[in-house]
Amino acid sequence: MVGAACAYYAGLAGLSVTVVDRGAVAGGTTGAGEGNLLVSDKEPGPELELALLSARLWRELAKSLPPRIEYETKGGLVVASGPAGMAALRDFAAGQERAGVEAHEITPDRLTDLEPHLAPDLAGGFHYPQDAQVQPALAAAHLLRASDAQVRLGAEVTSLLAGPDGRVTGVRTATGVLHAPHVVNAAGVWGGELARRAGSDLPVLPRRGFVLVTEPLPRVVRHKVYAADYVADVANGSAALQTSAVVEGTAAGPVLIGASRERVGFDRGLSTEVLRRLAAQATALFPVLAGVRAIRTYAGFRPYLPDHLPAIGPDPHVPGLLHACGHEGAGIGLAPATGLLVAQLLTGEQPHMDIGPFHPRRFEASRGTRSGPHLS
Amino acid sequence: MPGSATEPYDLAVIGAGCAGLAGAVAASEQGLTVALLDASAQIGGQFHRHPAPALGAARPRAPHHDEAAFDGLRRRLEASDIAPLLGHHVWSVVRESGESWAVHATTGADGEEERPVRVRARALLLATGASERQLPFPGWTVPGVVGAGGAQAMLKSGLVLPGRRVVVAGSGPLLLAVASSLAAAGARVPAVVEASGYLRYARHPHALAANPGKLAEAAVHGSALLRHRVRLRTRSAVTAVHGTERVEAVTVSRLDTRWRPVPGTDRRVPCDALAVGHGLVPQLDLATSLGCATRPTPDATRALALDDLQETSVPGVWSAGETGGVGGAQLACTEGELAALAVAARLRGRPALTGSRRALTLRRRRDRMRAFADAMAAAHAPGPGWTRWLTDDTDVCRCEEVTVGGIREAVTDFGARDARTVKLLTRAGMGWCQGRVCGAAVACLAADGGGAVPSSTDRRPLAVPVPLGVLAALDEAGEAGEPGDTRARCLTPRDA
Repeated sequence: MVGAACAYYAGLAGLSVTVVDRGAVAGGTTGAGEGNLLVSDKEPGPELELALLSARLWRELAKSLPPRIEYETKGGLVVASGPAGMAALRDFAAGQERAGVEAHEITPDRLTDLEPHLAPDLAGGFHYPQDAQVQPALAAAHLLRASDAQVRLGAEVTSLLAGPDGRVTGVRTATGVLHAPHVVNAAGVWGGELARRAGSDLPVLPRRGFVLVTEPLPRVVRHKVYAADYVADVANGSAALQTSAVVEGTAAGPVLIGASRERVGFDRGLSTEVLRRLAAQATALFPVLAGVRAIRTYAGFRPYLPDHLPAIGPDPHVPGLLHACGHEGAGIGLAPATGLLVAQLLTGEQPHMDIGPFHPRRFEASRGTRSGPHLS
Repeated sequence: MPGSATEPYDLAVIGAGCAGLAGAVAASEQGLTVALLDASAQIGGQFHRHPAPALGAARPRAPHHDEAAFDGLRRRLEASDIAPLLGHHVWSVVRESGESWAVHATTGADGEEERPVRVRARALLLATGASERQLPFPGWTVPGVVGAGGAQAMLKSGLVLPGRRVVVAGSGPLLLAVASSLAAAGARVPAVVEASGYLRYARHPHALAANPGKLAEAAVHGSALLRHRVRLRTRSAVTAVHGTERVEAVTVSRLDTRWRPVPGTDRRVPCDALAVGHGLVPQLDLATSLGCATRPTPDATRALALDDLQETSVPGVWSAGETGGVGGAQLACTEGELAALAVAARLRGRPALTGSRRALTLRRRRDRMRAFADAMAAAHAPGPGWTRWLTDDTDVCRCEEVTVGGIREAVTDFGARDARTVKLLTRAGMGWCQGRVCGAAVACLAADGGGAVPSSTDRRPLAVPVPLGVLAALDEAGEAGEPGDTRARCLTPRDA
């Protein structure tokens, strides 16, 4: 998704673009996610700014891309089970409102107006009308097609080409060589590996999540609904398993239930404990789901950086290489803003916002001695 | 006590068809404690399928072969300590800490009555069988089109005919058996339409010569078909179905060696039903979730890669029957027994068991029948030209109503390169059946829009749908199936 967005905005800026992927379009984390375009889960700061810019860009994109991308401004509903949770949610929302987020408190008696099937004993919640959703694989495929970029699939980048001055001059792939003065690393969860192949490094780690998919249902869940604990889990860096069910209906009928977070490398093995917790939390929010069948579950890997912010900007060591990866679970939502910023960096235009907090050089200080670049 | 929290069973057998039954009774006779699970309410699997007792069929066992072998297994099961866990839908198997496996199943009446059951065992025997492969064609969704295996199952379990005048089509040795069963049950079978040429068996003379029993079986079907005046059309396929409310006729076309329809050879055959199938596909959902390695089969599916004693690439997990490559009931029984000996040898520290005269006999028999099965599979491998009989508006995924045109567009215009990305971009395979029906066709269309059916292993961590309430209650899962467990026993209709 991020690569498609970079191609789209770079193309709009007049650059000629080739997109290279070792697999298929949307074959990685994009195809494993739910397509969240969220502002509700972000605390005030650079990521929220990026999300707000993206939300605006998504609204524009939705007008030009076909309806098949299933862009839906469904809104988010964050609920609290007790008064303490509700108080924390109120503080959190107040800070977000100052940063430009729309958030409306929903008293317990009005919760069922928004979500008729919610459990009856909740303490209230906040409604975030700016939260939206797309079908991520279709959105990526249509955005990529709209970009007019050349697309080379099944072509893994094996190394970067460089001139005598060390500046990037292209990439070598399994199926041939491509020459270009700029290379954008939008390899998602493999962004660290690509950085290594370029002779640099970037500490991208996979953070596993499971999604449970139910049988198709009539619209039982209208918003993106989650418990207040989710926000704490997103911001938590622990390797241990955290689950906080995010429940939502889809245009096609199935209800999707995320989101677990654990750092276990690229292990796709089923964890019944994750499924148990997700199912228990989802049925606690929506008791009606207890009799509904899960027909599928799958694991995906969020590209995670230690400070939970993406890497957007030039590599500190390899001139011509830009990074656009490490968006963790927010890559679909943050993709358009990332693409726009990357295009502005490529053309030398003033970026829409300060990329300082996202600059890849921020990992320099914590790094040990670096081996020399392996450029060919 | 086996199955309790402290002591697991020695062996959990998943699937109570020929392979699983043979494995379970042989393991029990070797002194192992055995849990035998099956989704069905009766033992016997697909081959030994019987009418439910409530139907009161006068001759419930009429359509069966090999009844003596099945009766023998059933008697040995009754004489054993095994209380089969029937009506148990296994949705996942996971490795537990220590040297055991946890088999997760859901059981009980549909909906709110369902509950989770967990069976722990030191070894696993996967005997989950196979399902029918379907290749779509225009009109295959018209009422009256049924799976060939499905038609056979309907006959065996309910003695119901899919129609009065039934064309049998597709590819594979099952077609002859289905046609003779249908004819024997009173249906008129105007034609058996087989896409391959049977002459291709001649390319494997050794495998054929070593399996006289299989030739006799074919001869029995052949003479039954002659008696019922059934025409066998080889190198032909049903390329269209006519009728909207109900099948009225089918178009049969000649095929070239690559399965491309030959222009000008169309022939209309009136009928009110079509039983169609293109061979069987091993059911590997549980195995691939465990990480078991697979191998491509000669008919372009994938089967488990097994060692000489039926063990998968994952130590402690054995397999028998169609999961290791489709080969029929006798092969399944042989493999089940051999696997049981191998499990007993491992768990009891008696390596001599696998070198016993019995084990050697079983291995020889297994090798002979496997060679024959591979020869059959090669003869019935779908040719790359089958996609030529599709039209852009032919449905491929029936659950989500995705057409050939939709899939071709995803591949040519939107960068899908495999079944997974086709699914993401079109929803093909995302519906209730999770691609079990359309998977082979989608993979083929995704590969290059018209090539041979490619080999791929789908990952389905949930082998069957599971209610969220059952998942949520996993920590309360009953350790079912102990020999003294009345709840398990009440699920065991030994008189069925």
